[in-house]
Amino acid sequence: MVKYFAKRVGMMLVAMLAICLLTFCLMHAVPGGPFTNDRKVTPEVEAALNEKYGLDQPLPAQFINYMKGLLHGDFGPSYKYTGKTVNEFIETGFPVSGKLGLITILFVLLTAIPMGILAAVKNGKWQDMAIMAAATIGVTIPSFVIASILVYFFSYHLGWLPAFGLDSWKGYILPVIALGGYSVSYLARLTRSSLLEVMGQDYIRTARAKGLSEFKVITRHALRNALLPVITVLGPTVANLLTGSFVVENIFAIPGLGKYFVNSVSQRDYTTIMGVTIFYAAFLMAMVLVVDMFYCLIDPRIKYDE
Amino acid sequence: MESSLTVNNLKTTFFTSGGTVQAVRGVSFEVGKGEIVGIVGESGSGKSVTSMSILRLLPGTARIAPESSIIFEEQELSTLATKQLREIRGQKIAMIFQDPMSSLNPLISVGKQVEEMMKTHHTDMSKEELHERALELFRQVRIPEPEKRFKEFPHQFSGGMRQRVMIAMALANRPDLLIADEPTTALDVTIQDQILKQLRALQRESGASIIFITHDLGVVAELCQRVLVMYGGLIMEEAPIDDLFEDPRHPYTLGLLASVPSLSQDKAGRLASIPGSPPDMTKPPEGCPFAPRCPSARQICAAEQPPYVQMGEHRRSMCWLLQPDAPAENNPFRKEAAK
Repeated sequence: MVKYFAKRVGMMLVAMLAICLLTFCLMHAVPGGPFTNDRKVTPEVEAALNEKYGLDQPLPAQFINYMKGLLHGDFGPSYKYTGKTVNEFIETGFPVSGKLGLITILFVLLTAIPMGILAAVKNGKWQDMAIMAAATIGVTIPSFVIASILVYFFSYHLGWLPAFGLDSWKGYILPVIALGGYSVSYLARLTRSSLLEVMGQDYIRTARAKGLSEFKVITRHALRNALLPVITVLGPTVANLLTGSFVVENIFAIPGLGKYFVNSVSQRDYTTIMGVTIFYAAFLMAMVLVVDMFYCLIDPRIKYDE
Repeated sequence: MESSLTVNNLKTTFFTSGGTVQAVRGVSFEVGKGEIVGIVGESGSGKSVTSMSILRLLPGTARIAPESSIIFEEQELSTLATKQLREIRGQKIAMIFQDPMSSLNPLISVGKQVEEMMKTHHTDMSKEELHERALELFRQVRIPEPEKRFKEFPHQFSGGMRQRVMIAMALANRPDLLIADEPTTALDVTIQDQILKQLRALQRESGASIIFITHDLGVVAELCQRVLVMYGGLIMEEAPIDDLFEDPRHPYTLGLLASVPSLSQDKAGRLASIPGSPPDMTKPPEGCPFAPRCPSARQICAAEQPPYVQMGEHRRSMCWLLQPDAPAENNPFRKEAAK
């Protein structure tokens, strides 16, 4: 088992290197550079800037230099914001996105799973239809539309909740709903279908034949089995929510990581693109690994050794 | 013999998108205390649905008709409140299912699953008592190294061992009636034999009644005292075990007996089979369900369902050929009488 996970970590490092290389190549394949501006910069100034940041060197040398820094945990300076480093962006942006993401995850888990269970238990009844209708809407409508509608009603019309910022707990409500709406809908549907499938299994009939109440049949026998596929998608979902969403952060003016990411791409802020991509990729891979570890705890059939 | 279970006019239907399936169409039988009754029939004959109907373990699409009655120890199970029915499930009536591979929860250790059976009905049992009794049951059904295997999970068990766990579970609360729905079908022959021997030994010890459902006449011969032959959702013939083999009184039973392979059979010869396939139960036939496949069928067979001909206690058959006015020509039962 330890051997298996050591191997997995090794493979993650290889994947990480590939991601770095690919991002680096794609980034440089896009026309323009960090110092291409609306205002014309004299060639001398541009050359001096390029020299200062090492951009005059051949690309392989630039990549090796960057990777050397990365090994020391140095994501390099921002090319667009003088005096700022990419590490600072991540250090300031991630806690904001992370806190919002954490609350969103709690919100998602506490609504999606009970809703999915209720829909499965009331299969075909009005509760099921209502939840599934809401979930279908939640999956199909993009988050910026949900966010705009929420802001329009709750902030503009009713004035109950702030339209932007995270200054008080009230500020979190709308972003959390906008950010988690899709995941809630998706996970509720997944929980429902998975639970319905498990409820048709032979061992559920065995549990009923024992004389267990329907409540115990569901909680003790069905739910653990039904949540296995839910846990699978939970890994990427958690990574997604914690690292922030550009769209939602932009609408609610939240200074999170997502904002830096998209801005950096349009501004060709090379180091920020690299830094945020690497950070997100590492986070995603770590979450997937955590999920796989969780499986061992839940499902005795899974043994990671050959 | 005092009766343990009395089923009267059981009708079970399934409401599916493909139409209403009349799986069981009026089945009546009795199981005496300490008796082993076999129910035989091919797939789709309604034998499993009959057994599931007793404890109402059917899927949500199934309905038991209001005129049906299932009386167990003076209680009407078909209308009993779910809460009271749960008291009976697992305690008074226990079930063993066909597929031991899928009938155990893969995420819970086998020991815990056996313990749960007792914990559900005996809330006063302590942890140690539960554990002790579960180990005792494991020994009783001959699971080797019970202490070690107790903590293991179903996937670490072979099919035969899992079925032993199921049997241990079913016996845990010393039930009065055991319903075994094809418990050996998924197992290979040597294991099948061991399981049957065990069931018989355990039955002798506990004195419980058993309903044994199977499609294998050989198994029935080995274990049961009385047999119900089912086809098309109806009991075609009921007979004590020896009578069934020596003097079958239904063309379907004849067909079943002819299709049992025997060692003395000519090696080059083909195994006999009944031509045709079981009826579509969304549109059950008006007459005898076996008529389309019956070699001796006459006009009346397809038109009208035959009444039961009673030939002694627990001996009856549903066939037009047994009627006194039936022609002697192409009548297997008349020829025998003439001999």
